[in-house]
Amino acid sequence: MLLGLIFESLTCMTLTLWLTQILNGLQFGVLLFLLAAGLTLVFGIMNFVNLAHGSLYMMGAYFAAAVAAKTGNFLIGALVAVPATLVLGIVIERVALSGLYARDHLDQVLATFGLVLFFNELVRFIWGSSPVYSPAPEWLSGAVDFGAGISYPAYRFAIIVVGLLVAAFLYWLINLTRIGMLIRAGASNAPMVSALGVNIKMLNTLIFGLGAGLAGLAGLMAAPILSVQSGMGEAILIQTLVVIIVGGIGSIRGAFLAALIVGVVDTLGRIMLPIGMAKVMDPSIAQAAGPAIASMLIYLLMAVVLAFKPLGLFPVNASR
Amino acid sequence: MKTVLTSIPKLKSVCLAGTIAALFIAASAQAQAPIKIGFMAELSGPQGALGKDQYDAFMMVVEANGGKLGGVPVQIIREDSQLKPEVAVQIVDKLIEKDNVPIITGVTFSNIMMAVHKKVVEKQVFLIGSNAGPSPIAGAQCSPFFFSSSWQNDQQAEVVGKYANDKNIDKIVTIAPNYQAGKDFVAGFKRYYQTPVVAELWPAVTQQDFSAEIAQIQAANPKAVYAFMPGGLGINFVKQWAQAGLKGKIALLTTSTTDGIGLPAMGDAGLGVISGTFWGPDFANPANQKFVKDFEAKYKRIPSQYAAQAYDSALLLDSAIAKVKGNVADKAAFQVALKAADFKSVRGDFKFNSNNFPIQDLHIFEAVKDGQGRYTLKTIATPLKADKDAYFDKCSMK
Repeated sequence: MLLGLIFESLTCMTLTLWLTQILNGLQFGVLLFLLAAGLTLVFGIMNFVNLAHGSLYMMGAYFAAAVAAKTGNFLIGALVAVPATLVLGIVIERVALSGLYARDHLDQVLATFGLVLFFNELVRFIWGSSPVYSPAPEWLSGAVDFGAGISYPAYRFAIIVVGLLVAAFLYWLINLTRIGMLIRAGASNAPMVSALGVNIKMLNTLIFGLGAGLAGLAGLMAAPILSVQSGMGEAILIQTLVVIIVGGIGSIRGAFLAALIVGVVDTLGRIMLPIGMAKVMDPSIAQAAGPAIASMLIYLLMAVVLAFKPLGLFPVNASR
Repeated sequence: MKTVLTSIPKLKSVCLAGTIAALFIAASAQAQAPIKIGFMAELSGPQGALGKDQYDAFMMVVEANGGKLGGVPVQIIREDSQLKPEVAVQIVDKLIEKDNVPIITGVTFSNIMMAVHKKVVEKQVFLIGSNAGPSPIAGAQCSPFFFSSSWQNDQQAEVVGKYANDKNIDKIVTIAPNYQAGKDFVAGFKRYYQTPVVAELWPAVTQQDFSAEIAQIQAANPKAVYAFMPGGLGINFVKQWAQAGLKGKIALLTTSTTDGIGLPAMGDAGLGVISGTFWGPDFANPANQKFVKDFEAKYKRIPSQYAAQAYDSALLLDSAIAKVKGNVADKAAFQVALKAADFKSVRGDFKFNSNNFPIQDLHIFEAVKDGQGRYTLKTIATPLKADKDAYFDKCSMK
């Protein structure tokens, strides 16, 4: 039946719409990847549940919007926002979170949830409770023409490009550098790395800062297409958690592939399910059930993955 | 010893005098005791901007009158319902049982209104809603203790439907979040827009990115889109709409999307978007001119419709409290005084219908830049005149 649905939707979607939706899915996927990369490292290596990761994403968006509004230049905003979020992440880690690594997950959830509330009110205090405007750069306001009548918003295309570049950078960092080697080792067996004389505390801070910087990058890139407002990090955090669980906690490669899968499944599901269901059942039922099922799709995907591979698609250390 | 004996009666008389004096003070304080008014709204979290505008405008009237409404001192008890029905119910309990307030006002969201409405009016406490107007309380559950200074929810969608119908726009796609209010607004739109819509899109209420829906709209290529996208959803949708290159190609007709709060965050992307509601900052009536001028001077921003509604609720209370000379304990008299709506509304003509919702004109606005380069709303049409909501027939009050 599912195949029938997919087939039915395929036949009634034009090729253009089909390709546009795949690009939309990829764009959402790389955004999720930027968030998931940091979260999965912190979770995987430090065994630390950081609900405040969404807040760092929000702070990145606010930093970029505020600087862009002051200078009138999106690029300056972007150049300030990433290091600012990185430093903020390091400060949070040093001041509030480093003492909690040895505590159980409930304490960590409580503390980081407190940080979520703190940052939500902080941005309201500084920037007001109304959403803040963030402009897209003028030179990315048009559309990219791929020929054959397929065009795609330039800004969203730029997000895909930046996301892929960051993925390549992380691949290099994790697989081909000494720091990356330590990170991988930490993800597999942190006490052993520490016993070998590596300053694990320093490594933790570095990873946390890196994750924060990537969350800030995601936030600043999302700012021109989403509303920059208090609480914007919570919705995407839940999807990010789905990504890191599907991908396997601690695995950058898993996070990358899972983010793209979740992005594409979510986007295509939202389009194909209502159309496909309307073909095979009463349209009014399809109209009601389609969107509801589509919004559950990524959670169903997660359930299926967990049923067959409980440690995710790319477990870092299957023996643990 | 002697001194002690004589001093006791003296002490007694001093005590007595003191007691009598205290009694007098208490009695006079009773006459001067401020009327307590509970102000409950969404004041924190992502949707806090709406409640803040309501509160700011309400307090502007109270402060301008030197802490009085209707010539009587008032004490405003500010409460944040946090967009959580269970929190709102606790607040209402506290306001009624502990603070003994005779009046509660504010209330931002329909789900909060539905959670507290029955409780408040059953305790015979006056509820002056200055935003949400869900259909049940306009119809079967109407109450003589509830008054709305805003609108019945459907009205804001109906006016846009009427406008689309008047303009003979023949190919329309609707988009609204997949929850009760979304369904209500689309139903309200279709009540007056008689052509069947081409497609209905129902994104999840938590959704942030509408690229998939926008691509579907592009593929359907309609003449116009009707969108109910409240709060942050609207900002996301309108920005993404412009980035997809649809701005100017397909007309965008909206409700609760390009309001005074979201508009500045949309920037140029919002320009040209059409919306429908009961009031705009450009209204020329003197009451509105004063309101907009005072609000901008005090808060350095253009007031939103939420501010206008709450401003009217304060003026309504001001007029009614003056009519009963502060004696709000006389509930029958206070009901009559409120129903008279003897104040100059910022929207122009204002009259209560049998269900205590306003009978009012509804207008169509276009998002524009004003002389100072700020984003604001310009009135372009008034499709519904002296409009009554669709539910007052079901209300038992006549």
